[in-house]
Amino acid sequence: MAHAGTVTVILGPSGSGKSTLLRSINHLEKVDRGLIRVGGELIGYRQSGNRLHELSERQILKQRAGIGFVFQNFNLFPHLTALENVAEAPVSALRRPKAQVYERARELLARVDLADKADAYPRQLSGGQQQRVAIARALALEPQLILFDEPTSALDPELVGEVLDVLRDLAATGTTMIVVTHEIGFAREAADNVIFMDEGQIVEQGPPAQVLDNPRHDRTRTFLSKVLI
Amino acid sequence: MSVLSPRRPRSADPPAAGDDLVVVPARHRWRWAAVALVFVLLAQFVHGLVTNPGWDGPTFFGYFLEKSVVQALGVTLILTLAGAVLGFLGGIPLAAMRLSKNPVLSTVSWTYIWVFRSVPLLVQLLFWANLGYLYDRLRVGVPFGPGWSFATADLVSPFGAALLGLALHEAAFAGEIIRAGLLSVDQGQHEAASALGIPRHRQFFRIVAPQAMRAILPNAANLLVNLLKSTSIVYVLAIGELFYQVQVIYGRSGRVVPLLMVATVWYVILTAALYRSARCTYCAASTWWPTPARSP
Repeated sequence: MAHAGTVTVILGPSGSGKSTLLRSINHLEKVDRGLIRVGGELIGYRQSGNRLHELSERQILKQRAGIGFVFQNFNLFPHLTALENVAEAPVSALRRPKAQVYERARELLARVDLADKADAYPRQLSGGQQQRVAIARALALEPQLILFDEPTSALDPELVGEVLDVLRDLAATGTTMIVVTHEIGFAREAADNVIFMDEGQIVEQGPPAQVLDNPRHDRTRTFLSKVLI
Repeated sequence: MSVLSPRRPRSADPPAAGDDLVVVPARHRWRWAAVALVFVLLAQFVHGLVTNPGWDGPTFFGYFLEKSVVQALGVTLILTLAGAVLGFLGGIPLAAMRLSKNPVLSTVSWTYIWVFRSVPLLVQLLFWANLGYLYDRLRVGVPFGPGWSFATADLVSPFGAALLGLALHEAAFAGEIIRAGLLSVDQGQHEAASALGIPRHRQFFRIVAPQAMRAILPNAANLLVNLLKSTSIVYVLAIGELFYQVQVIYGRSGRVVPLLMVATVWYVILTAALYRSARCTYCAASTWWPTPARSP
């Protein structure tokens, strides 16, 4: 449903299953019914006939290394510096040479405008800076898809902008992204496709101009009227 | 007192501009009274200490560095060190089993911890020392198959029984400390590590364990200090550790108090040294631990 190189934004009231859907995409949540494929590859399971066998943890970890995930609460590793946070996964999950990974990690930190914070520990950074390190960390795996779970919800209002700037920049460079957010402005401007969810179901989806400005369902209209004051 | 108290602005003073306002701290008269009372009691105590011949300074200093006492101190340190190492080695599988999703593993671990935390160390030590009554021979080999057997009395010496008792007792507590430490690591850390595809063993050693240490270390230091003091209990097995040796000496000479003071001062010194080194360990990680040693 989300095409390569596109930005999909998922909207919906809390408890509507947005985060659960996102977490299922890299198998942090197990799926009861249905299939999830990323780049044609079934996630978390192996299909033989009409049976789905759950993959071993090692195989799942391998699949996850191809899918970036950015958390609402950043979840940076507090005992590692910003640079080490970014470099950890490429070294241990992809087994890339250390020198090359660290060089690339510095480039990624520069890309999110944090070149001078490479040696800072997370608790020495602001929320917005921490989230930008977390984005650099997700980018370090060169994933085919990055999932954002309410990336700006835990931030002070004045710090939201700097994180959205990074997201816009990523969108402009053709990164495939699925973003759960309440930032309607970001959805309108950067999304190729907007999905509105309620009670675990997709109520409607389409280009932002259609879903945000001309919603077909009452539920979508009610939600947007409350958010867009 | 009047020298210490700050200048009190009189009501006759003209109203001052913002910069000249004098802040007068609240006075704590009862606190001063308590300090005076404590000083009097302290002075009485020190006076009693100095003038009472029962403390017997010369005997104390004569035995403090005496050869048999220092040797006994060595035995105490060996028991503490070996007990701590074996205890934590035992605690690691206990914690892992207790955290396992498999009900057999977690129940076995839970039961072990429950039993060994419930039985007093003294009772346990006597029990291990008398293991020979229960099993006069111990066997190592294939279950229900061939193997080697040893006389229990040869294998479990009093020292072995003491060490066994201390280690088994310690393992139960260490297991709980390690488990609590691992559980204290935020769930988000596990999720972030798996979402990045970091291999399982690396997740544990690089991400989870260093953060768990933050909760484990202070408790482990307390456990170690407790163990140091608990080694005095093994005197019931007639092992020449510090407390036993001191008892032997005062049994001969009758100078109970100065010799008890020898043991007391050594325990205090060792305890202080242990806490001190634990504190240095916390400080080493203070860049990323939000509140190092000073937390209340």
